[in-house]
Amino acid sequence: MDVARATALCAVADIPLEGGVAALVDGVAIAVFRTHDGSVHAIGNVDPFSGASVLSRGIVGTRGDAPVVSSPMYKQAFDLRTGACLDDASVSVPSYDVSVVDGVVLVRGVR
Amino acid sequence: MTKRQRIVVVGHGMVGHRFAQAAVERGLTETHDIVVFGEEPRAAYDRVGLTSWFGHPDGAEALSLLPGGVYDDPRVRLVLDSVVTEIDRAARTVTVVSPPSAGSRDGRQGALLDQRGEPGAVTVHDYDVLVLATGAAPFVPPVEGRGKDGCFVYRTIEDLEAIKAASEAATSGVVIGGGLLGLEAANALVQLGLDTHVVEMAPRLMPVQLDDVAGVTLVRHVEKLGVQVHTGVLTEEIEGDRSVTGLRVRQAGTEEGARTEVVEAQVVVFSAGIRPRDALARECDLETAPRGGVLVDEQCRTADPHVFAIGECAAPGGTMYGLVAPGYAMAEVVVDALLDGPGTFTGADMSTKLKLLGVDVASFGDAFATTEGALELTYADAVSGVYKKLVVSEDGRRLLGGILVGDASAYGILRPMVSSGLALPDNPEQLILPAGSGVRLGMPDEAQVCSCNDVTKADILHAVAEQGCEGVADVKQCTRAGTTCGSCVPTVKNLVEEHFASVGRVVDKGLCEHFRLTRQELFDVVAVHGYRRFDDIVEAHGTGRGCDVCKPAIASILASQTSTHILEPATAGLQDTNDKYLANIQRNGTYSVVPRIPGGEITPEKLIVIGEVARDYGLYTKITGGQRIDLFGARMEQLPAIWKRLVDAGFESGHAYGKSLRTVKSCVGSTWCRFGVQDSVGLAIALELRYRGLRSPHKLKGGVSGCARECAEARGKDFGVIATEKGWNLYVGGNGGATPAHARLLAGDLDTQTLVSYLDRFLMYYVRTADRLQRTSTWIEQLEGGLERVREVVVDDSLGLGAELEAEMARHVGGYADEWAATLADPAKLERFVSFVNAPDTPDPTIAFTTERDQIQPIAPALIPVGAPS
Ligand code: SRM
Ligand SMILES: Cc1cc2nc3c(=O)[nH]c(=O)nc-3n(C[C@H](O)[C@H](O)[C@H](O)COP(=O)(O)OP(=O)(O)OC[C@H]3O[C@@H](n4cnc5c(N)ncnc54)[C@H](O)[C@@H]3O)c2cc1C
Ligand code: SF4
Ligand code: FES
Repeated sequence: MDVARATALCAVADIPLEGGVAALVDGVAIAVFRTHDGSVHAIGNVDPFSGASVLSRGIVGTRGDAPVVSSPMYKQAFDLRTGACLDDASVSVPSYDVSVVDGVVLVRGVR
Repeated sequence: MTKRQRIVVVGHGMVGHRFAQAAVERGLTETHDIVVFGEEPRAAYDRVGLTSWFGHPDGAEALSLLPGGVYDDPRVRLVLDSVVTEIDRAARTVTVVSPPSAGSRDGRQGALLDQRGEPGAVTVHDYDVLVLATGAAPFVPPVEGRGKDGCFVYRTIEDLEAIKAASEAATSGVVIGGGLLGLEAANALVQLGLDTHVVEMAPRLMPVQLDDVAGVTLVRHVEKLGVQVHTGVLTEEIEGDRSVTGLRVRQAGTEEGARTEVVEAQVVVFSAGIRPRDALARECDLETAPRGGVLVDEQCRTADPHVFAIGECAAPGGTMYGLVAPGYAMAEVVVDALLDGPGTFTGADMSTKLKLLGVDVASFGDAFATTEGALELTYADAVSGVYKKLVVSEDGRRLLGGILVGDASAYGILRPMVSSGLALPDNPEQLILPAGSGVRLGMPDEAQVCSCNDVTKADILHAVAEQGCEGVADVKQCTRAGTTCGSCVPTVKNLVEEHFASVGRVVDKGLCEHFRLTRQELFDVVAVHGYRRFDDIVEAHGTGRGCDVCKPAIASILASQTSTHILEPATAGLQDTNDKYLANIQRNGTYSVVPRIPGGEITPEKLIVIGEVARDYGLYTKITGGQRIDLFGARMEQLPAIWKRLVDAGFESGHAYGKSLRTVKSCVGSTWCRFGVQDSVGLAIALELRYRGLRSPHKLKGGVSGCARECAEARGKDFGVIATEKGWNLYVGGNGGATPAHARLLAGDLDTQTLVSYLDRFLMYYVRTADRLQRTSTWIEQLEGGLERVREVVVDDSLGLGAELEAEMARHVGGYADEWAATLADPAKLERFVSFVNAPDTPDPTIAFTTERDQIQPIAPALIPVGAPS
């Protein structure tokens, strides 16, 4: 893994529990979420159905066992672990590798 | 070969008939001949269902348990119209008089005086086995005047015939006794068109089965049906010369001769309890229990091994049981004993469930929590007149008993839990919260569903799964479940439906995959437990971590119940898209800003402020369909600054984003309009300010027109007010939108104060009971009783709830605070209004505008190509 390209985004505490924030990395908007169990996930922020950069503002919850965010625009659910849209198998958003080091959220592999 | 034995049964009532039936079914007639003597002129009939005789063209036939009056098995002979007058135990004979005198066939007299007539044809019959099944007779307290014409009891078809005949010339009737049977008799008098009263000595109805709250809840229901209830009242005398004219009563606890009151009535029905008919046994020196009933052992045998007693005339172990199920069990036990079986009767569950005047009432097990350490869990919904109480063991593991009024659907699962001692589920309150949750809490296969006929869940499932039963009717036929008192039919229905659901045939009414409850059920769960956090609710009542359906629904429920700011940490994450940023999201991810303009009235200064703000932030401006101004195209991070300008100028949130009150539209009204008869603008403003911020199942809109020309389109709103010469007409349940509906008149010519109190009640009733995303029109439509029901609750205050609903609204009005002002004052709430967590002031690069007709318009963001997950 290319450690050098890890980007520090924010403190993990900046992300509301079961909520998300948007971050800008090299001009790309990514949505970073913290689920109820404390794990952190990152996917693209742009909602592919409307084109608006809004996924970080969706409601975080679960569908079956999958942690999901539902788009605030038209409510499709996206798997936070993979970016796959669970309401339309042909659609997905990018998913990014995130880790938390000393309370700081690091993301890798954006663009 | 042994000689055939001869069984004589005295009494062909429900239990005597069951005995004969069981004897045939179980082969007892292979070795025994049976003769049954019945005093009544007809074969056994369903006494439990006696009341249905009224209003049924062939009432007697419909009730008969043995239509035709002859058993298929020739070894069972039924002799009707015949009274057993004497038992000679030494000779093992009975003396029978038939036909009896007219006196005993006259149900009223015969039962009232418990006397037999003069002898007719007298015959003597041998027996090897004698089974007493003589039932019980109504108890008539020694009240002065009780023999007058117009006094009745309520036990046989003849009693009903007599009551019916007497009612034709009567205008009012009174039932003495407010127990189970008394209320049933009252029901009959109502059906006969009489002005009906019930007088009960105890301070509440059904004192044996119900506690005070349950009794009060029941009184409300019963009074709503037109029965006047007098509790805590003693009957002094029945007035009238030969025929009854009224009942003189006095308050219990007052001195004899204290002030009395007369309840006018031409028909009096005694329903003050029953007494076992044990005279025959006493006369032949068989022991009776201190409180009546032939004393028998666990095999229902008297001290004389040749004589048994079953049903209401018997007292196994000294207790008599005034219900049919224990009687049936006794009949089976005696058949078993005669076949040398091991069956015993060791007591019965005195649980009762019935529908009284259409009201479900059930009481079972230790209903009064007399067990040491017993705890009570209660649920009361005065809106719908439901009261439920569970009595639970000290360790919370076992159900000991309970009371259900208004909704007894859970009875089917609760009663078996008491008798089988099954462990309670972890959330026992689910058992009493609304809507057939009983079914979902899987009952064990061995649970007895029908107590009258001892049918278990397994029997029922077997009938549907293996025996091809297609519905409840088939199952009844196949298993006998539900064929006696009928109280188990809903449970049978649930089981059948559950089975079909399991093979893919039914719709789930639950909110979403995380909650099997409906919104109304969740509303109640939150109210009962006082929950304030989603986590507590989902942990106790749901699964997973929620979704965009249940989270906003719970956020709305919490907001309706608490008036706390929707962006408090506990609820911020639950809010729907628009609520989350206190603004409506637009197609490009920007937001609109809608300040409240109550009633559409606005000063020039305020108009100018809106214009300046729109100009300074470059927002698109439009007059909305709701008589206010919408500013579009604000970036999320701009919202606080825009709102600061507006709040400083005296504006507040217009809640265009919330499922809450939007606008109260008004016409210009009597101040300017030459036709106006009232100040519609003034009222619209007052109403909008009163109900602003009220979180509700769907959005709410109102309208006020100054006269019948209706320029405010008030009847297209959830609540519409139209001025009249005398005041206001109030309409409810209108909307535009996808399925337009016209509001309908709820009440007319109201003064402003009454109007407001009705509206308070109406809106709170809606908030409490409607489903998620149900506008008022569909809510009213789906409410049992529809608009009429709403009128009863809101206008007639039939449930006595008005004050409570108004108090809830007063709490809302008092707790209101402008959401935007509060947000601006709280740095923690403002933290979320940043574009990017690592670049808070960088505008979202995907947002761009062009210009059209001198204002901005969003450019559709280039749809980003959809990529595979990286
Ligand atoms: C702005 C406005 C249109 C306009 O330019 O005039 C409007 C705009 C929206 N309407 Fe509306 N409605 C507007 C008046 C109406 C009216 C007319 C009225 O109120 O007199 C109706 C029909 C009357 C009614 O509601 O009974 C109306 C029926 C709807 C419906 C359908 C409701 C229904 O019961 O079928 C929706 C969808 C919903 O609420 O689920 C809706 C939903 C919406 C939403 C909130 C959709 C959304 O979630 O983004 C729109 C965004 C508003 C925004 O961004 O500010 N809007 N909408 C009007 C704002 C009124 C206001 O000042 O608050
Ligand atoms: C209006 C009403 C509603 C009820 N609702 C319910 C309910 O919801 N649930 C419930 O469990 N129970 C209910 N009951 C009670 C139930 O009807 C009785 O428990 C049941 O009928 C008892 O059966 P039994 O055979 O012991 O007595 P009965 O059905 O009274 O039968 C006894 C029969 O014996 C006859 N008889 C008496 N003496 C002689 C004699 N010497 N010679 C010949 N014949 C004689 C009588 O005339 C009568 O026909 C209700 C009763 C009434 C009146
Ligand atoms: S509804 Fe009547 S009072 Fe109001 S503006 Fe129209 S005509 Fe005038
Ligand atoms: S419980 Fe009475 S018929 Fe089933």
